[in-house]
Amino acid sequence: MTPGSYVVEVIVENKPLARDPEGETIYQNLILKGGYNQVTSVRAGKLLRMNVEANSPEDARAIVRKLSDDLRIYNPAAHTIQVRVVG
Amino acid sequence: MGEVAVIQYPGSNCDLDTLEILRDVVKARTDLVWHKDLAHDNYEAYVLPGGFSYGDYLRAGAIAATSPSLRVVKEAAEGGKPVLGICNGFQILVEAGLLPGAVLRNSTLRFVCTWTRLRVETTRTPFTNRVERGQLLEIPIAHNEGRYYLDNDQISELERSQQIVFRYVNEKKEATEDANPNGSIDNIAGICNQKGNVMGLMPHPERASLPVLSLDNQTDGRVIFDSMMRMLHGPGA
Repeated sequence: MTPGSYVVEVIVENKPLARDPEGETIYQNLILKGGYNQVTSVRAGKLLRMNVEANSPEDARAIVRKLSDDLRIYNPAAHTIQVRVVG
Repeated sequence: MGEVAVIQYPGSNCDLDTLEILRDVVKARTDLVWHKDLAHDNYEAYVLPGGFSYGDYLRAGAIAATSPSLRVVKEAAEGGKPVLGICNGFQILVEAGLLPGAVLRNSTLRFVCTWTRLRVETTRTPFTNRVERGQLLEIPIAHNEGRYYLDNDQISELERSQQIVFRYVNEKKEATEDANPNGSIDNIAGICNQKGNVMGLMPHPERASLPVLSLDNQTDGRVIFDSMMRMLHGPGA
C-alpha cells in the first residue's frame, strides 16, 4: 500500500472484428510504403492518461476501470479497452 | 408548451432547421429546449437534432449521452412516446443505450456530405407510417462518424426483430457497397428500438423537407415528420 498519485492510461481500440480504417491506412500508405515490411498490422486507438489519487497502484487501476465502464469511456458494442498503471 | 421538443445540446447545429420544418412545414407545436432545462417528460415527442455536441470529443454523442435530458427522454421512450435522433442525435441515442450498437468513423476517413437513397425496411415505426416498405427516399447525409456497427450475430437479431429501418441503396434499390457512403455494416442508415418508438438515422430529413432544399424539388424527408404527426394526431393529421 503506497498512497499517492498514480498515472493510469486507458487505451481504447476497435474490437478485432470492427474494421479500423485509420490503422489500415497508416499501415498500407505509410508503414508498408516506407519499406517497413517487418510490420504486419497496425491498429489505431485513443489514449487517455489520467493522474489518480489512490492508496495503491491496484486501487488506481480499479478506479479507472470502474469509471471507464460507468461513464462509457468506450462503447462495448465496438471497442475494447486496456487499463494500465504506468507511473 | 408545445407538443414536440427539439433538444439543443452545446454544439447542436441542425436544431433551428429541424425546428423550422416542424413548426412551419409540418405545423407541429414545437419548442426548442436547452438540454439542461428539460427536467420533466411534458412533451408528446422528442427530437434530438444533428450537430457536433461537445465537439464530438471522446466519441460523437458520448458526452451528451450523460446529460440529464436523456433521463427524461428514456422515461418518455419507455412510455412509448416517439423519439427521433437525427445524425448526432442518433449517435447520442446509441451512446445513451436507447438504441443498440455503435456509430464509428466513416470507413473513408473523410467527412461525407452528399445525397443518398434510402430504402424503407419497415413501416412499423411512428416515423415511417406514411411510406411503403421498399419505398425509396432521397435524403442527404453530412457526417464524419456514421459507420453503424454491431457484431454480426446481433445484426441478424436486429433484422429478425425488424429494427433496421433504412438502408443505403442504389437507384435499383440494391444495397450495394457503392451505395454505402460510410462503410456501415449491412448498409444500415437507420434503426429503431425493439418497440419501434425510438428511431435514429444518419441522414437529415429536415434538409429534404422543402422543395427549395432538394435537387429535384422533392420533399422526401418530410414524410418522416408527417408520420410522427399521424402517430400523434391520428390518420387525418
